[in-house]
Amino acid sequence: MIDLNDVLIRQGAFSLAAAFALSRGTVTAVMGPSGSGKSTLLNAVAGFLPIAQGRLVLNGVDVTNAPPGPRPVSMIFQDQNLFPHLTAAQNVGLGRHPGLKLTQVDRLAVADALDRVGLGGLQDRKPAALSGGQQSRVALARVLLQRRPILLLDEPFAALGPALRVEMLELVRDIASDQDLTVLMVTHDPKDAAEIAPQMVVVSDGVAHLPQGTAALLADPPPALKQYLG
Amino acid sequence: MAARIQQVNPFALMGWLVGAGLLFLTLGTIGAVAWRAEDISALGARDWAAVRFTLLQAVLSAVLSVVFAIPVARALARRRFRGRRVLITLLGAPFILPVIVAVLGLLAVFGRAGILNTALGWLGLGPVSIYGMQGVLLAHVFFNLPLAVRLILQALQEVPAERWRLAASLGMGSGQIFRHIELRVLLNVVPGALMVIFLICTTSFAVALALGGGPGATTIELAIYQAFRFDFDLSKAALLGLIQFAICAGAGLFALWISAPSGLGGGLDRDVPRWDGMAGLDALWIIAAALFLLVPLGLIVGLGLPKVTTMGANVWFAAGRSLWVAVGSAVLTLVLALPLVIAAQRSARYGPALESAGYLSIAASPLVIGTGLFILVYRWADPVALALPITMLVNAAMSLPFAVRALSPALGQVETTYGRLADTLGMTGWARIRLLILPRLRRPIGFAMGLAAALSMGDLGVIALFSDPETTTLPLEMYRLMAAYRMDDAYAAALLLLTMSLALFWAFDQGGRVGD
Repeated sequence: MIDLNDVLIRQGAFSLAAAFALSRGTVTAVMGPSGSGKSTLLNAVAGFLPIAQGRLVLNGVDVTNAPPGPRPVSMIFQDQNLFPHLTAAQNVGLGRHPGLKLTQVDRLAVADALDRVGLGGLQDRKPAALSGGQQSRVALARVLLQRRPILLLDEPFAALGPALRVEMLELVRDIASDQDLTVLMVTHDPKDAAEIAPQMVVVSDGVAHLPQGTAALLADPPPALKQYLG
Repeated sequence: MAARIQQVNPFALMGWLVGAGLLFLTLGTIGAVAWRAEDISALGARDWAAVRFTLLQAVLSAVLSVVFAIPVARALARRRFRGRRVLITLLGAPFILPVIVAVLGLLAVFGRAGILNTALGWLGLGPVSIYGMQGVLLAHVFFNLPLAVRLILQALQEVPAERWRLAASLGMGSGQIFRHIELRVLLNVVPGALMVIFLICTTSFAVALALGGGPGATTIELAIYQAFRFDFDLSKAALLGLIQFAICAGAGLFALWISAPSGLGGGLDRDVPRWDGMAGLDALWIIAAALFLLVPLGLIVGLGLPKVTTMGANVWFAAGRSLWVAVGSAVLTLVLALPLVIAAQRSARYGPALESAGYLSIAASPLVIGTGLFILVYRWADPVALALPITMLVNAAMSLPFAVRALSPALGQVETTYGRLADTLGMTGWARIRLLILPRLRRPIGFAMGLAAALSMGDLGVIALFSDPETTTLPLEMYRLMAAYRMDDAYAAALLLLTMSLALFWAFDQGGRVGD
């Protein structure tokens, strides 16, 4: 679970307040006007931004001051989710050991994860030799292997076409329900949100609001979201 | 960029140690020298003459280089021809060309028995001398004209293509184009170019050693060498070292202030079509510049080749020593530069200060550092025994500014692009260096190490302070052959030195590109 206990994040003159908890196994979308602080919220949970006030508790552990590495979080960014100089298997293997010191068991797990996302046999390819969709699958295979209870997605798969994106979101949903992950996904597309997230956090005017049902929010959006959705 | 939550990192710690070490090496050795220095009245009229000559020749070298570079750069910017790319690449070569090799090449053209005086003799005209002020200026222009051409050409190429098209469609002649476009570019780039060349020429040693000397043509660096080597007058060497540092530091700060260009940037082979200028005149300038650069080097190859197989064993031993000093210096440069830029990148507040420690050696003169190290070690160790390691260290310190300049922006790029991904995966310390930084920085690392190796290979500076015949390097051995008028052997040694310098640069630089 993700527990934002009266959290305040400051970035220069900008600040973002968040006070809510997301229970284990839920998938939550984050929407709001650009510049409202959606990515700020994710970056603070991941540990890229310091938390000025309040406490951040992830799965019962206070990580308010912890560096990104040891937090129980895996993350998928808009792009650059893979190191271009490493093979698919090496990129996945980083999810097991950050220095790539892998045992035989680890190697088997890497192969399994690649199989699971439908990339069996492509383990020795470098990202440049993979399509955009395949690159996203490698990143998801790494999430599988990381086995971290929280998954953050920051406008994921933005470079993919609509059909591929739906395919990837379905894969995310399967992985999340298999591993009972708590998922927080920033998106600008209401269709993405409706596709996999039963609830949604709207970020506007320096506040990340309490999560509400996605369908209800999209049917009757508050003013800030309404203006953004157009 | 988002402020990251900081962790203690052994490499960052090492970076701060490197910074402290550099501070000691540049300013600490000055301190050691100053501690030995006596009253300033110890400087005689000859020493002040050296100070005056240093400043005068540096100003003249800078002005002459830039004045001749302007028409050459304009011509190169306007013209498209076969071999243009090669010629522009060659303009970068003097940077890694051993100074003493170029001096010998210039002697082959302008020396007493050179091509020029032979031709003048046929015409019944008296010989011209390459020694003294004119020789020093000639050599400095040889080295810095190409640098100035590259700097100005780069600035001209950065003008958007639309502006040239607009000028052409308005029917502007080359005079009007000069007034409306080129003059603005020149006003921007010329002050920086002058400053950089002035700075390079103030620390000139090998050129002055070979072509200068005597009361009228001694640089401060040469005076330090003479005070140290011939008179063993440490306090005079120390005082001269302080003056040298003051001049370099002043010029260096001034250069930073007017934001001097680096000349290492790319984009020089961009194809921007132009429609102005006189083709014949442009061709004349380009051919003249190419001949000025290529004939001396061509003569080294032509005159050196026949004797290469019969060179004495001394030359080969010296070449072996130079090779390991150069490779060692290249490795040391990386070992110093990488932790320094990593540490500088991690601290938003103190990073810039730490990074600037990497540039300190621009202001320090290698002979001052060498003298300082000598003063520090001579009571405890035999300086001659330490000649090669000290040379390696000083050469690495002198290459560091270029390495920092190449690595720092590249590392910033890697951290912005992949830093967060590496953070979420917990890649810290050695794993981050091994799996992220080294693979992503291969190209700038190869380039920086190649530069360091070539500069060290051709260096004739600190080694001249310490060495005895058992510890000579190839440039020093070559200088000895020249001093003994064994010119055939000197040409052959020069060819070997030239080949090794270029080959070292090429090998490291290519090593950084493998698998791209």
